Formats: sequence, C-alpha cells, structure tokens
Amino acid sequence: MPQRSVTTGGWLHLYALLVVVATFILIIAGGLVTSTDSGLAVPDWPLSYGMFFPPMVGGIFYEHGHRMIAGAVGLMTLALTIWLWRKEERAWVRQLGVVALVTVVIQALLGGITVLWMLPPLVSTSHLATAMAFFAMVTSLAVVTSTGWQRAVPAPPVSGTVPLTKLAGATTLLVYGQILLGAAMRHTGAGLACPDFPLCNGTVLPDLSPPGVALHMAHRVGAILVACAVVYLADRTWALYPDIPELRRPAIAAMFFVGFQALLGALSVLSGLSVGTTTAHVGGGAALLCSLVVLTLRAQRRLGRTAVHAGGATTGAAARATG
Amino acid sequence: MYLRKFAALTLLIPFAAAACGGAEEAATPAAPASDEPAATAPDLSQAGGIAGSVTFTGETPASEAIQMAADPFCLSAHSEAVMSTPVMVDADGGLMNVVVHISGGLEGYAFPDAVEQAVINQTDCMYEPHVLAMQTGQTIVIRNSDDTLHNVNVQPTNNPAFNQGQPLAGMELERIFENAEIGIPARCDVHPWMGAFISVFDHPYFSVSTEAGAFSIPQLPPGDYVIEAWHETLGTLTQNVTVAANETAAVSIEFGS
Repeated sequence: MPQRSVTTGGWLHLYALLVVVATFILIIAGGLVTSTDSGLAVPDWPLSYGMFFPPMVGGIFYEHGHRMIAGAVGLMTLALTIWLWRKEERAWVRQLGVVALVTVVIQALLGGITVLWMLPPLVSTSHLATAMAFFAMVTSLAVVTSTGWQRAVPAPPVSGTVPLTKLAGATTLLVYGQILLGAAMRHTGAGLACPDFPLCNGTVLPDLSPPGVALHMAHRVGAILVACAVVYLADRTWALYPDIPELRRPAIAAMFFVGFQALLGALSVLSGLSVGTTTAHVGGGAALLCSLVVLTLRAQRRLGRTAVHAGGATTGAAARATG
Repeated sequence: MYLRKFAALTLLIPFAAAACGGAEEAATPAAPASDEPAATAPDLSQAGGIAGSVTFTGETPASEAIQMAADPFCLSAHSEAVMSTPVMVDADGGLMNVVVHISGGLEGYAFPDAVEQAVINQTDCMYEPHVLAMQTGQTIVIRNSDDTLHNVNVQPTNNPAFNQGQPLAGMELERIFENAEIGIPARCDVHPWMGAFISVFDHPYFSVSTEAGAFSIPQLPPGDYVIEAWHETLGTLTQNVTVAANETAAVSIEFGS
C-alpha cells in the first residue's frame, strides 16, 4: 500500500490545473465542431475513416482534432485518478477522481453515439452536459488539492438571511441549467429562432408556440436570471468578506464572465451564429461555471456548517471583522 | 459528501436525457386501403407528353467564390475559382436544376421499377449532378472519384438517413429509397460547400431542367395533370396541363426572384 497523505500544493495540484486547462481547450474544440457544422465529417467511431489518423482536411480537422484532444484529456484523467489513488489520503478526493474518470469514459461513449446516430439533439445536448459536469469535477479536484484549501481557516459567523454557501451552490446549479438550455437551443438549431436582439421577432413577448422560439426565449430569460443571481452573489461576497481574497476573486471573475457572456450571446445572434462568437460563448459558459465552482467550494471550506449569512444590516461590520 | 452528491447529480442528468432519446426510427409507409381498385399499368398506345422550359426573371442572387483551401486536393482540382450558384440562369433566362414532375393525375396507375441505376459522382470536390431525380425502388450509386476523403451525409425525412465515409477514390455506395420524397439533402461535411438534392418519385414522370431550362416528360397517357416544379431555393410552382392523344403539351414555367 502506498504512503498516502493530504496532497495539497506541489506537482499534483499543478497537474490537476493542467487537466483543467486541457479540458477547457477540449470544450472549445467541441464548440468548434458544432459551430463549423463538422460533427458528421467523420462518419465512423472510434476510428476515423477506418484510420487512427485521417488527413486533417476540411471538417475532419475539427472533428478528428476534437477526438485527439479528447483522447489526451482521457489519458490525463486516468493519470490524475491513479496519482490521487496512490498519494491522496482523503477518501472523498480519491473517489471524486474515480467519478471524473468514469465521467470522461461516459463522455467518450456519448461522443461516439452522437456521431453514429447522426447528432440526435438529446444525445448532443447530453454530450455538452457531461462535458460541463466533468469540467466542474476536475476544477473541484484542482481546488481541493491547492495549498489554500489546506490553509483555509473558518471565517467567523455573520448574521443575516441567506447562507453564502447555499447562495453560491444554487447559482452554480442555475448556471449549469442555463448551459443545458443553451446546448439544447444550439443542437435543435434554434440559435436564430429569434433572429434579432434584444427583441425577438420584433417584440418583447413573441409567440412561444414554435418550440424553437420557446427554447430560445427560455435561454434569454435564463440569462437574465443568471446575471441577477451572479451580481447578487458577487455583491454579497464582496460585502460580507471583502478581506477574503479566496472568495472575492472568483466572485469578481464570475461577474466578469457573466458580462462577457451577455455580450457574446447578443453577438452570436447579431452575427448570424458566426463561428468565433458562438464558440467563445461556449467557452465563456465553461469559464463562468468554473469560477462559480471555485467560489462554492471555497465558501463551503471557509464558511460551511457555520451560521454565516448573506444580507442583513449587520453584515458590513461583521465582514470587516473577518479579515 | 457534498461533492459526492454533486457528482452523482451531474452524472444522472445527461444519462437520463440520453435514455429518453435514441435514434429515430424510419417512417414506414401506410398500408393501402383494401377497398381501393387494383392499380394498372397506363395504356401508352396513344401516349403524349409534356415538354417546355423553366425560366427565371428578376435579379439573379449574387454568387460567391467557393473557398476550397481547407483541402489542397480540391484547391488544385480547379484552375479557376468555382462559384456557388444555387440559382443557375443562362443568357436567355433558362433556369437549370429544377425538378419538374407530375403531382396529380396519375392516381390508379402502377409503374414498373426503373432498371437503370441513378448515379451521383463526387468529382473535383463537387457533386455531379447537383440535382437528381429518381424512382422509388431504383438503386442510386454514390461514387467518390476524388483522391481525397468524402463523407456522404444524406438526411431524408421519409426515408432512412445515412452518413457513410468514402476515404478512397473509386469507392461506391448503393442505396434504395422506398418512399417518395422531394429535395432530399445530401452533403459532405468534410467539404461544406458540397451539396446535392435527390428527389424520389413513385412514378417515372419527372425531369430535371437542363442548362437552358428545358425539360421533357414523355410517354404520358392522355389526360389532365398537375405538374409541379421544385427548385432548391426558389420553392415550388404548380400548373394544370392537359395532354391530348399523341401530342406533346408545351409548358412554360416562370420563377421570379
């Protein structure tokens, strides 16, 4: 049995960060496959035209390129899981590594099925849903193997109404749901069901009977809800814990990404779903999710199980006392 | 514990979604009603026909040079830029690639299957022909004559879809469409500019207009018919035509911008 310890910082943490970066690149590559309409450029799976390495021409560049990056991320995840299993003392961290590995295998199978079944929207949407879930998992592994995770000391309680841990967790789930809506919209071809912006077919309240318009409008309404939730979360984080940079930074990042996403969402429609803007919109969604996963985990670490509350008149003074 | 719950939840969502989906089953044709009179072969002893031309009036949509740089083979196959022209009009206004077919007046007839194969060739990274019409039950051969990879992605709504790779020059695939369907899109996702349309009819009375816009539907029994003209971007026009014994009815079809 290998000698296990709580592995924070060091090479393992750096490697987990590398997996996060590689996964982000993979999500961008996957977004490019859809944006360039190359999903069926390689009709077979797991080989490509019966080969390991077909000529990278036309749409094959995007589809096979995505498969190669996915293969690399799969192997990197396998290595991360083995590394954690051998060295990590915390059982739940080891288990999360195993879950991430299983997820990346499922993700590969979903990728194969969506090609062989010629991109049914439900499977393609599930492929993106699993991608984001996997991204959240490797992000979590990077967070819990950081030195900051081990160093973190519980913050003193603050009175109020809504616990920040729950607020951050709920916002993360809301963003995940919004990403699913976006994926469903994209894979059902409803990205231009509302061809104008900010109105939809020239009106604020369009006819929602066409399913494409209903899905598109759900994503727009979802965007407003997400923006409000992220702004409120960032405001509460800033007000309650201005002196805890581990919480402040991801909250600011989430604010930045939500603005970035609103801009890219509008540009995606106005550009007629150009490859650059739609792919960047997918990447922005992943980045927003990542920042919220970081904030949620750190909030759980610093504030979990303590009566820390967001809102209320006494929060400012209490927050200043936490530094 | 918190993380375990989160991971389990996120895993369940896509799985549940995938389980609800799956490959769509091909549509099956409805069985004919049993009280219908038995269909018979048309009497062609006094057959006439329909012939004419399809024209286009108005401003021809602008064409763009196809960017083939993504595949060096395709780029080198053409000495000049190939223009993307879904609306192909000659100097006299003749409109090419219009499928003209009988859409009414053939009820009660039965027709033998076509013997010849229909062929679509992928050559110099283009489909030849771009628009093809054929009969149900007829075999279509899709051939790759290029020294590069193509995938043949055909997405009908009334027939089974398929997507098959042809990595080598000389490869062929054969298919039979069992159900009538107009404008089935075929495309190559490797070379996104490559597209073709296949129309399938349950009778032999169809024609695809030539470069000059000419079309001809011979060997029609005398009678009153509805003809329909379909174009990939301009839509559909219909006309009533009467075919007299041993005569060819002249028809002009005019699309506008």
